[in-house]
Amino acid sequence: MVRPASGGSTFLRLGLRTGTIMGDPTGRNDEGGEGSGTGDEADLSARLRRLDTRLGDVRSRRDRDVRAGSRAASDMSGLGKALRFSAEFIAGVIAGAGVGWALDQVAGTSPWGMIVGLVLGFCAGMLNIMRAAGELNRKPRSGRSPGDGGGGPGDGAR
Amino acid sequence: MASPVEQFEIKEIVSFGTIGDAPIAFTNSGLYMLVVVGLILGVMSVATRNVALIPNRWQAFGETLYEFVANMLRDAAGKEGMTFFPLVFSLFLFVLVGNLVGMVPGAFTITSHIIVTFALAMVVIGTVVIYGFAKHGTHFLGLFVPSGVPGWLLPFITLIEVISFLSRPISLSLRLFANMLAGHIALKVFAGFIVSLLAAGGAAAVLSPLPLLMTFAMVGFEIFVAALQAYVFAVLTCIYLNDALHPGH
Repeated sequence: MVRPASGGSTFLRLGLRTGTIMGDPTGRNDEGGEGSGTGDEADLSARLRRLDTRLGDVRSRRDRDVRAGSRAASDMSGLGKALRFSAEFIAGVIAGAGVGWALDQVAGTSPWGMIVGLVLGFCAGMLNIMRAAGELNRKPRSGRSPGDGGGGPGDGAR
Repeated sequence: MASPVEQFEIKEIVSFGTIGDAPIAFTNSGLYMLVVVGLILGVMSVATRNVALIPNRWQAFGETLYEFVANMLRDAAGKEGMTFFPLVFSLFLFVLVGNLVGMVPGAFTITSHIIVTFALAMVVIGTVVIYGFAKHGTHFLGLFVPSGVPGWLLPFITLIEVISFLSRPISLSLRLFANMLAGHIALKVFAGFIVSLLAAGGAAAVLSPLPLLMTFAMVGFEIFVAALQAYVFAVLTCIYLNDALHPGH
C-alpha cells in the first residue's frame, strides 16, 4: 500500500519518513509493518495520498505556467533557428564539396578531392552551426558586439 | 489549378536578342527590381524633402529606419563600421522591400531566386575580402588561424576555417532564398486546397474555410518572415564586415 506511493519522488519519500517518525517512531520498516499497525498505516497512507495530490496540483500548475509562457515565444523562434542552422550546415557541405571538386578539376585526382572536400565540408558545417549557436546564446547575455567579444568558448560569431 | 512553383517563373518582357546562347532580356524579375528600387527612392526622397527639426511623419519614418540600421551596424562593427553604412542600408532596404513586395498577391518575389540573393551575398563577401586585404594586407589571413589550437591540429583547423569562410556567401544567400521560396510555395499550396475543396463540392466544400484560415495566418507569418530575413541578412552583413575591419580580434 505504501510502496507505490513512496516510489514517486524525493518529496514523497521525505514525506513518508517524517510521517513515519511522527506517527510511529518504532515502525520504521515499511515492508513488514502491515500486520502490526494497520490503523497507523491507513492514516499514513491517507495523509500520503493527500500530500501527493496537493504536490501534483502545485507541480502541474507551475509546469503549465512555465510552459505556456515559453512555448508561445519558442515555437516561432525555434523554427527560425532550425532554418538558420540547416542553412549553415548545408552551406558548409556545399562549400567543402565545391572546393574538393574544383581541386579535382585542376589536379585531375578525380574522386579523392571531392571525398576529402565533403568530409572537410561536413566539419566546416558543424563549425558553422556551433558558431551560430554560440552567437545566439551570447547575444542576450552581453549587449556587446558579437564579433569582438574576446574569445568566448565557441570563438563566438565571426 | 496552377502549379505552386509557377509564380517563380521568369518571363521575358522585352527581348534584346542573345549573346552566344544566353538570352538577354528585360524580365519580370528585372521589372520588380526596378519597382523595389523605385519604391525605396520614392519613399526616401519624400522623407528627406522637407527636413525640419520637428519631423513630419515621412521624415520620422526615414529617421527611424536610419537609426535602426545605424545602431545595428555600430553594435556589430563598431564606429568604423559606419564607413559601410550606405552598403548595409541599401542591402537591408532592397531585401526588405523586395520581400514585402513579394507578399502582394500576384507580385513576383525577386528574393525567391537564389541567383539574386547569391549576387547580394557576393557583394558583401567581395567587400569583406577586398577591404580586408586592402586595409590589413596579409594580416587579414589571420582570420583563418584561430588561437589556442595545438600545433599538429592547426593545418586541419585552418583548412576547415577556410571552407567555413567560403560557405558564408552560400549560407547567407541560401537562408534568404530558402525562406522566401518555402514560404511562398506553402502559401500557394494552402490556397490551392481551398480551390480543390470547393471544386470537390458536397461535404468537402464545408471544410474549405479551414485552409482559408491557415492561409490567413500564414500571410501574417510570411510578412513577419520577410522582415525578419531582411534583418538577419543585414545583421550577418554587419558581422562579416566586422571581420574586414578587425580581423584576428
